[in-house]
Amino acid sequence: MKYIAEYRDSTRVHTVMDEIARIVHRPWVIMEICGGQTHSIMRYGLDQLLPTGIELVHGPGCPVCVTSLEMIDKALAIAAQPGVIFTSYGDMLRVPGSDRDLFSMRASGADVRVVYSSLDALKIAQENPDKQVVFFAIGFETTAPANAMSVFQAKKLGLKNYSLLVSHVRVPPAMHVILGSASNRVRGFLAAGHVCAVMGYWEYAPIAQKYKVPIVVTGFEPVDIAQGILYTVKQLEKGRYDVENAYARVVSFEGNQPAQKLISQVFEECDQTWRGIGNIPASGWKLNSDYKDFDASERFQVQAIKPKESPLCIAGQILQGLKKPYNCPAFGSQCTPEHPLGATMVSSEGACAAYYRYGRPQ
Amino acid sequence: MCLAVPGKIIEIYEAKGLLMGKIDFGGVIREACLTYVPEAKVGDYTIIHVGFALNLIDEQEAMETLALLDEISRQDTET
Amino acid sequence: MTDPMPNIEGLVCPVPLLHNRQVVLGHGSGGRMSYELISKLFLPPLDNPILRAGDDAGVVSLPSGDDPHALRLAVSTDSHVVMPLFFPGGDIGRLAVCGTVNDVAMMGAEPMYLTAGFVLEEGLDFDLLGRVIASMQSAAHEAQVKVIAGDTKVVQRGKADGLYINTTGIGIIPKMVNIRGSNAQPGDVVLLSGTIGDHGIAVLAARGELYFDAQISSDVAPLNSLVSAMLHVSDNIHVLRDPTRGGLATTLNEIAIQSNVGIQIHEDSIPVKPAVSAACEMLGFDPLYVANEGKLIAIVGKDHADELLAVMHSHPLGIDASIIGTVTDEPGQHVTLRTTLGTTRLVDMLSGEMLPRIC
Repeated sequence: MKYIAEYRDSTRVHTVMDEIARIVHRPWVIMEICGGQTHSIMRYGLDQLLPTGIELVHGPGCPVCVTSLEMIDKALAIAAQPGVIFTSYGDMLRVPGSDRDLFSMRASGADVRVVYSSLDALKIAQENPDKQVVFFAIGFETTAPANAMSVFQAKKLGLKNYSLLVSHVRVPPAMHVILGSASNRVRGFLAAGHVCAVMGYWEYAPIAQKYKVPIVVTGFEPVDIAQGILYTVKQLEKGRYDVENAYARVVSFEGNQPAQKLISQVFEECDQTWRGIGNIPASGWKLNSDYKDFDASERFQVQAIKPKESPLCIAGQILQGLKKPYNCPAFGSQCTPEHPLGATMVSSEGACAAYYRYGRPQ
Repeated sequence: MCLAVPGKIIEIYEAKGLLMGKIDFGGVIREACLTYVPEAKVGDYTIIHVGFALNLIDEQEAMETLALLDEISRQDTET
Repeated sequence: MTDPMPNIEGLVCPVPLLHNRQVVLGHGSGGRMSYELISKLFLPPLDNPILRAGDDAGVVSLPSGDDPHALRLAVSTDSHVVMPLFFPGGDIGRLAVCGTVNDVAMMGAEPMYLTAGFVLEEGLDFDLLGRVIASMQSAAHEAQVKVIAGDTKVVQRGKADGLYINTTGIGIIPKMVNIRGSNAQPGDVVLLSGTIGDHGIAVLAARGELYFDAQISSDVAPLNSLVSAMLHVSDNIHVLRDPTRGGLATTLNEIAIQSNVGIQIHEDSIPVKPAVSAACEMLGFDPLYVANEGKLIAIVGKDHADELLAVMHSHPLGIDASIIGTVTDEPGQHVTLRTTLGTTRLVDMLSGEMLPRIC
């Protein structure tokens, strides 16, 4: 397929990896912020091709993993209500709430449906006027334009039976938390290519300057990731800390203006709880006052169940790059993809799931 | 966070006030919303995330990047 | 979780499943959850050596004992619950015949007879049912099997997705044939009869919930004539299995566990149709886990590999056959993949249901 095969070419990947090995003289810890990048690294074994001095740590870039426990419990409470069709992206169905997940809600009779696109959820609402259709609008900035469009359309069409349960997270505040932490080891960042496709990368210069950390906008295919690492290492070796774009075929400095415009029409910034990390100020988006009628958590008055996280799960430390999945006592034993204790094991992009699936056997 | 896949726009039309298109992913065809890439033309390549085009793929940039990488390879074999 | 985690070590059957106390769709996916459901809930009370062997069909000797003239029979059963009932390349009827014919053939047996049990939903159209039965007849003719017993039941509207079919098949295993999941040996070669993922993607597209079009047909087909041709040229076939639900990855894992060996496969040599690949990219699926209904894996002694490959290539169901890997000592009970980049990674079983992902 065009724009895929060229970026999976083995010779190109090895060329870049050889170049990294040639120029690296000191050990560096680099974080990739995006779950999709983690998945690609593990699936292609890219870490096996890196020189030993380069350590990749995995950031909290899996929106499924970081959706707060309280929000999952709200989703479950809404899905349980009669007359509700609860629609969601596929990966959310297996995320454990305090004691259930959406899959088992479906098994108990709730109408829970997987959709590929938010517009499919809208279609379900139009086809089922006697039901309340709720769409679980989660994601990073990448998914915000898609989620926003569905509620923008719903308002335009005057739909009364459609609402969103919103849980959006933003990358820059999370980077501040990670880089500002006393135990931070990360010296370079691979920024999330598709987040930047929407938002551009103008937000990252202050971060690079403040923490003196190079930030390279990176794609997802093996060549892209190798290239992102190469540019980062080049900067690190030279003591530079700029923002660079290694995904120029998709990402521009300003990003996608129409998308940013609609996001600001529909959403406003808010504080957000990141599962496993805690509250990060101004790190989320919620529906603004023009769209509050479409807010599912208001429409359904769900009492927030006091969320109870498994005491064994160390997802928080993994999401911040402080620990690796195999440091966790429950990894692979009590916590597996079939019986996940925490969200990082559930999502196929979560670091724990990626390590479990693709890790070399001990 | 971002499973987005490149595809070729093979048809553009309007539906319920939204700019939509048919995208060919290489043997698989699916509808996607093109409202965020109003400048799209049939034949353009775009990157699709959950049924929405995020940006058009810049062929020029793509070629330049690949050329850069191939240059590294050429330099390596020369040294 | 609000309960403290129970200690997993030392738990013995019968014990209810951890985490899930009810059946969820993932238990039907053919992956690890299905495996757990069977081993924790079904096997303990029903246990016997034949069942425990864990192959595609149970093998019985009649009469039992060491009678040198005893016949060995392979017996298999399969229930078909596909939605939609008709899809490009096939339908539930064809699936019901081929699925069971193939399970019997995977023991090296020549399938001879099928039974067919139908659960019909109230309101099912007679014409539609007629088309399903005609398709079964056609598939049975192709496979050279006869349906010799049947049953029908009717359930209330809303309870059977239109139609469920169960088929049971029997076949005789020729005297010198010894093909079982536990027979793989280090040094063996792994052969795959053709492209993977066709059936799963064809059905998913036909289901219409994800609104995509793929020019892909299900590969559903009876494999017994291919198996016959292979047995004709080699007595060194150790394992045969058809990678249905759970895909190639799950099936290879099952064999690795049964035989207590490692299996390494090469990404470059696994044939995938471009449209299947494209659909998987779009949804975030891995073709290794997508169901097939007309493909087989053969694990064979390496001296016969080339000959078998040639025979497969000359059969209509094996034109894209390929050598995809080898059986190793280590890592035992695991499947590894050598990627197109030359790196190595683990290939796990399918976990629960495959879901389109955003991430």
